[in-house]
Amino acid sequence: MDFLRITSPHGHGPLSTAKVMQTVLLATLPGLAAMTWFFGPGTLINIIFGGLIALALEYAVMGIRQRDPLFYLRDYSVLVTSTLLCFALPPYAPWWLIVIGVASAVLLGKHVFGGLGYNPFNPAMVGYVVLLISFPLQMSSWAAPRGLGEVPGFTDALTALFFARDYDAVTMATPLDIMRQNTGLLMDDLYREATQFGQWAGVGWEWVNLAFLAGGVWLLYQRIFTWHGPVAMLAAIGLCAAAGFDGGSSNSGGSPVFHWLSGATMFGAFFIITDPVSSAVSNRGRLIFGALIGVLVYIIRVTGNYPDAVAFAVLILNFAAPLIDQYTQPATYGHDRSSE
Amino acid sequence: MNSVHTIHGGIHPREEKQLSRPGQVIDAGLPHELILPLSQHIGAPAEPIVSVGDHVKGGQRLAEDQGAVSAAVHAPTSGHITAIDMQPVPHPSGLTNVCIRLTPDHADEWLVLQGLADYRSEAPDTVIAHIRAAGISGLGGAGFPTATKLLARERSAIHTLIINGTECEPYITADDTLMQVAAEQIVAGAEILAHILGAETILYGVEDNKPAALKAMREALAASDDALGQQQVVSFPTKYPSGGEKQLIEILTGEQVPSGGLPADLGIVCQNPGTAVAVRDAVIDGKPLTDRLVTVTGRAVSHASNYRVRLGTPIAHLLALAGFTPGSRQRLIHGGPMMGFALETDAVPVVKTTNCVLAPTQEELPAPPPAQACIRCGLCAEACPASLLPQQLYWYARAKDQEQLEKHHLFDCIECGACSWVCPSSIPLVQYYRAAKSHIVETRDDKQRAERSKGRFEARQERVEREAAERERKRAERKATAQQKAAASEADDPVQAAIARTKARKEQAAQTKDAS
Repeated sequence: MDFLRITSPHGHGPLSTAKVMQTVLLATLPGLAAMTWFFGPGTLINIIFGGLIALALEYAVMGIRQRDPLFYLRDYSVLVTSTLLCFALPPYAPWWLIVIGVASAVLLGKHVFGGLGYNPFNPAMVGYVVLLISFPLQMSSWAAPRGLGEVPGFTDALTALFFARDYDAVTMATPLDIMRQNTGLLMDDLYREATQFGQWAGVGWEWVNLAFLAGGVWLLYQRIFTWHGPVAMLAAIGLCAAAGFDGGSSNSGGSPVFHWLSGATMFGAFFIITDPVSSAVSNRGRLIFGALIGVLVYIIRVTGNYPDAVAFAVLILNFAAPLIDQYTQPATYGHDRSSE
Repeated sequence: MNSVHTIHGGIHPREEKQLSRPGQVIDAGLPHELILPLSQHIGAPAEPIVSVGDHVKGGQRLAEDQGAVSAAVHAPTSGHITAIDMQPVPHPSGLTNVCIRLTPDHADEWLVLQGLADYRSEAPDTVIAHIRAAGISGLGGAGFPTATKLLARERSAIHTLIINGTECEPYITADDTLMQVAAEQIVAGAEILAHILGAETILYGVEDNKPAALKAMREALAASDDALGQQQVVSFPTKYPSGGEKQLIEILTGEQVPSGGLPADLGIVCQNPGTAVAVRDAVIDGKPLTDRLVTVTGRAVSHASNYRVRLGTPIAHLLALAGFTPGSRQRLIHGGPMMGFALETDAVPVVKTTNCVLAPTQEELPAPPPAQACIRCGLCAEACPASLLPQQLYWYARAKDQEQLEKHHLFDCIECGACSWVCPSSIPLVQYYRAAKSHIVETRDDKQRAERSKGRFEARQERVEREAAERERKRAERKATAQQKAAASEADDPVQAAIARTKARKEQAAQTKDAS
């Protein structure tokens, strides 16, 4: 009798790539809830619309590349890419902005390099940066958070998406913008004067960041990634902010807590730099990778001209990841670390 | 030595040990025919010393070991040699090999066996000779000839003998059962091995999922009157692959075997409990290795258990005993689910390294889904017990980048399969590493061969040149001699002389003509 011949191991663990991606999507829910609460349904609608575009694009590209599209759609990876990108887009962005962003992420960020697993850069951040450089006005119009402005309803959100000209959103400078432009006020005065700052880092923003932190910690608990990248990035941001705090003077870059809970810090630390494809591979490598991103985020935030720095910092370190890998190979069993 | 150390990585697959009811042994009886491969071990195949038609007794040597790394083959019962020919053997590539086929006469007549009365008073070499004569090779996995392994004592001083009762592979309970039913023999065998090696310490490493085996071993140790020194049963948390030789050494001692080295470099030798019992039987009773315990398990058999099996018993015989009902896409695995290999046919025999025959159902161990893209998630690196970066090795293996593969220590991979097991994209990583390893070895061989032929070519070139120079020299010599001679006989040049003679002759002839 002839038996089936398969190479060892003959068993397999419970995890699949689709499950990893689903878990990541689930973990964004607290962040999504916080953003919906503070900024209205704009982000949610971005994510749904962007997700549909992404699925259609993936299906088409896989067809063009003569692969079975359904096999590749089932790994959920394109949904993760589009969802992460749409979190970074301003709520109530026009539809074409989302289409261009998602197309850039999926096509330029991923498929031109050979598809999932072959992309040297984080696809969501590629899409984001393409938009930021091409459409700076649309990209820097953030809705005012609940408590400082009117939170739009569902119809408003759909109008904004499809009839952008008919919708005039209430937008407002973010705390990061104000902090960068501040030249004359002491930290304490700034917090008193600008209503956007809220309790620690910005009305709405601080809670959004805490929600992403919660989702990220859950992913750590699920062992989807290791702590090295996120902790290194947050530690580096904290250290830089502490060094540049300058006692809260008018030259201050903002406190560590401000930077931890501002903009895309937590989202970046747990959902962007943890993209395994484009980050360093070893745990030691991820420490370096995360720390350098943290340093760059602080520098770009304080001295740069863009609304946030995470995307640029991540892309720059994506370049450096192979180099970091070259110097951070872990000590193999039976090899003396000092001799290598 | 009380504390155990942790190793990097590892996984926790479903153990499935209870399926084969550890502790219970069923005699597999005698099949119609025993098929005894000449190569059941690592090293040179044994050489037959019997002919077709011979009647042999149990324990009689059928094939002699050849050279330093080899093991003899003995008759597991009495009967006639019916053939010596190529038969399918347990091998990952489904190879055939030379086997001695023995048809039992069911008298089960044995030679009179003669052991050593007191091995302690004998020189280690004498005891090793007994082990070699019994044809013992490791019963754990690789099947290295035991007598050869014991020569480690010549390489470096051995202070510790480790008996590896870890049995970390899921499903397999052969060692677990042996420890429960033959703990005293294991201890006796270990003491013989320690005597040969000059080891002061014996550690019995057993995972904590085998409480009955642990208890039996501890009781056997307490009952042993051996004055040798420290012996200890060490239990440690269950984790695959703790039973890898290198991993177990790190767990028990905290030390790592240097890459490319042997445990002996740390003063350690590891042996399997089954091997220890075989050594005891060979030295005390003079009995060669002709049977072993085999776990027959999986949900495609109704009577999963441990069987005492004579070597050479066809696996089909075992499966029939165990109530095997093959399903669709049935797999038959020699060894465990993590490192065992799939058999093409159940006509292959049980050999010295057969610790388990696993017949899972399709639901139990489903065939792997098609591989997806590697997303470098790094779960493999978290699971790797050798602290390698499997995801990087995978890319380099696909790119056939041999330099990077070696730089990332491909050859330290023990092929335990933990990386493939965790891989969410179901990539057959170990298969890539096996292929890459053999590719590199092939390239090295090719290079060596090319260098050898280059050397040969250069030697030939040199010889041809030398010969040409020699010829040239001789020619020049001859020429010089000839010139010398010519110079010497310039006065009476033979040519001129010949011309003169001819002239004279002609003149003479003319004169004669004129005269007539």
